Amino acid sequence: MEKTKKKFQINNISLLITVVLFVLMFAFGSVKYDNFFSISTFLNLFNDNAYLMIAGIGVTFVLITGGIDISISSTVAFTGVFSAYLLQKGVPSFAVILIVLVIGIIVGVAQGALIHYFNMQPFIVTLAGQFLMRGLCVVVSEASIPITDPFFKSMALNKVAIKLGSAKAASGKLYYYVFILLAVLLISLYVLKYTKFGRNVYALGGNETSAKLMGLNVARTKICAYAISSFCAALGGVVFSFYTLAGYGLQNMGMELDALSSAVIGGTLLTGGVGTVVGTVIGAMIQGIIQTIVTYQNLNTWWTKVTIAALLCFFIVVQRIIAIRAEKMKGKGESDSYK
Amino acid sequence: MANDNQLLKARNISKSFGKAVIALDNVQFDLNRGEIHALLGENGAGKSTLIKVLTGVEERDSGTVFLNGKEIRPKSTQDAQNEGIATVYQEVNLCPNLSVAENIYIGREPRNKFGKIDWKKINADAEELLKRFDLHINVTKNLDNYSVAVQQMIAIARACDIDAKVLILDEPTSSLSTVEVEKLFGIMRRLRKEGMGILFVTHFLDQVYEVTDRITVYRNGGYVGTYQTAELPRVELVAKMIGKDYASLNESVVAGQLGEEKAAGGEELIELCGVSSPGTIQDFNVKVRKGEVLGLSGLLGSGRSETARVLFGVDSVGKGEMKLKKEKVHFKSPLDAIRSGIAFCPENRKTEGIIGDLTIRENIVLALQSKRGMFQKISKKEAERLADEYIEKLEIKTPDAGQLIKNLSGGNQQKVILARWLATDPEFLMLDEPTRGIDIGTKAELQKIVIDLAKQGMAVLFISSEIDEMLRCCKRMIVLRDMRQVGELKGKEISEEAIMNIMAGGEK
Repeated sequence: MEKTKKKFQINNISLLITVVLFVLMFAFGSVKYDNFFSISTFLNLFNDNAYLMIAGIGVTFVLITGGIDISISSTVAFTGVFSAYLLQKGVPSFAVILIVLVIGIIVGVAQGALIHYFNMQPFIVTLAGQFLMRGLCVVVSEASIPITDPFFKSMALNKVAIKLGSAKAASGKLYYYVFILLAVLLISLYVLKYTKFGRNVYALGGNETSAKLMGLNVARTKICAYAISSFCAALGGVVFSFYTLAGYGLQNMGMELDALSSAVIGGTLLTGGVGTVVGTVIGAMIQGIIQTIVTYQNLNTWWTKVTIAALLCFFIVVQRIIAIRAEKMKGKGESDSYK
Repeated sequence: MANDNQLLKARNISKSFGKAVIALDNVQFDLNRGEIHALLGENGAGKSTLIKVLTGVEERDSGTVFLNGKEIRPKSTQDAQNEGIATVYQEVNLCPNLSVAENIYIGREPRNKFGKIDWKKINADAEELLKRFDLHINVTKNLDNYSVAVQQMIAIARACDIDAKVLILDEPTSSLSTVEVEKLFGIMRRLRKEGMGILFVTHFLDQVYEVTDRITVYRNGGYVGTYQTAELPRVELVAKMIGKDYASLNESVVAGQLGEEKAAGGEELIELCGVSSPGTIQDFNVKVRKGEVLGLSGLLGSGRSETARVLFGVDSVGKGEMKLKKEKVHFKSPLDAIRSGIAFCPENRKTEGIIGDLTIRENIVLALQSKRGMFQKISKKEAERLADEYIEKLEIKTPDAGQLIKNLSGGNQQKVILARWLATDPEFLMLDEPTRGIDIGTKAELQKIVIDLAKQGMAVLFISSEIDEMLRCCKRMIVLRDMRQVGELKGKEISEEAIMNIMAGGEK
């Protein structure tokens, strides 16, 4: 049992560092700034980043298969603009949401199919996807379109009060749309751990040839992973329009990199095979807390990027060190496996 | 031979890759229930291609395959598995990032009625299954925690547990120890008793005679024949496999022993004096003379490859010194070693040697290019001349030098790598397991080439796990154990027994 424990730690060391780092940052902010330490600061991480977390969870599926998807930011933006456009034209809100989600799935399936059947680089295919969706944004509307639909408004403005005590710091609010994030997170956790598809995603990232030779359905798994990524991006876009109550084609430029860095900071390997959706959410929370600290300190928001850059570097190096150590440990300790 | 017992019947199978390479030409294969059937042949005989056709990795161009009297045409491994054909490949084909248990059950995980994977059952079943293989390991740990041998056993366990009628074992024993091979044979015999048909590919004739019932031989993509194992003498089998006289095979052996006398007094070329390298070899004193083949014997992990790596400048010299032609040298990198006239064919052909997507010609000039430096262009003409020269000299079997190396068989790939190093015109050549996974015919050819090179004055360091081969090639042998030098044998002292004794650490 001792051994199992040790292994567990090594597997999750990136995630562990991430959690510790988050706690340290939160503690740092609490000590340094008045009014920082509160439930509300914590909950706002979700209120402000729910769309990013949802898109990040989606892209984590692709990353685990060993691929990459950089089209998601444009998909988020397109969803926002197109929803606003349709609502303006009087399409009912539920139909709008359904339409944009289906578009998301179609984009993902198309990208996945190109990548798999034509054996193309995921980077290039999704780069093309990024340009396409961003271009379509402007085709739909060059200007920002406000959203006045009552359902969208109610999602944007209604919140649940959460009170853990009578002190001011012990209460906070969660917007309704955060529960969409929680649902996505729970479903993803279940899918990755307890379904055939989820396990195939990991197998594919571990070794595609092996996965094929073990008789797994590589094509379906890969295409589904890209479909999930784009679907989550579209859903993130819906949440983003709840958040901003407007659709604008130049929103979220470069947001795909925020999602990717959330995943990496959360312990997902870009080489595939390793990663968790919880890690991605915590990665996004770290970025959120940095953003909060930067705001409190009244710095230029670009300091957020600088800090995240440093963090990313740090995490990639840590991952490499872990991988190298694992490589060295390999083959040790199994000599007693034959009894 | 239409009997009820027949499980798999492949008739007139042909398969070619492109126009130039005909991998299978009208071959046959039969497999009965409760039979272990060896499929033998040189490299390039078409064994792997037949397996690929049977398992759905490649589609056949023509011919028919019947399983249980029903024609099948698997389009993917999945198809083949559904039909009841399970396969274990030479290289472990599992996922290193998944747990042992999951590797066994992925694709057919036990699930509850809602489709949720039952991890408890997976882990318990995996443990139970591996127990039958005498493998007591923690099945929840990731696969890459275990050695290649254990991984191979896990792959076999996976294949056996699939509800298979036909089990294909493509050289499963090349990374297993003797004990593990015995275990595998035990399992194969049990499966045979249970009525499974096993197609077994191996390069070890001992294993063929130990465990198989029938033998089918292919040569150069063609069908030679099917025989009862008990009725086919070894010599005849070898003759059928290589399509040569057995006598000519023996000739090369004799040639090796003749070389022995002459080269003994050559001048020292390279020398290790009390060399230790951090974490690997300890206090090595090795001299290699011009015109000799020096053998390094020892079990896996005894320091054979590590010695070669130090000599080639891959690993650094910690303590002690290295001398080249009596002068002290210090190699900072392999490039220094290459420029000093040293060549090294590493052990792992696929990952350290060949570049699959380059042509034979490009693969041959690679090392020469790096020896000359980036800006000294090797003209196309010169490259062509070199390639053609070595294709002829080493008898590399290919239509032309423009073929991609990945299309060649293992033995021919090995020859290309040898050619690559010979093209740099080395004085000192190191070969680490040059004949692993290669058929006997090519093996004998390679051995003869090595001996000839030494005769022409080259110093050769030869590393092989096969004692037979070491006996044939080397006239001096250093025996290693646990990263230490434990003995040296010369000329007549060299015998299988003597080597084994030293290797095992026996006192007598």
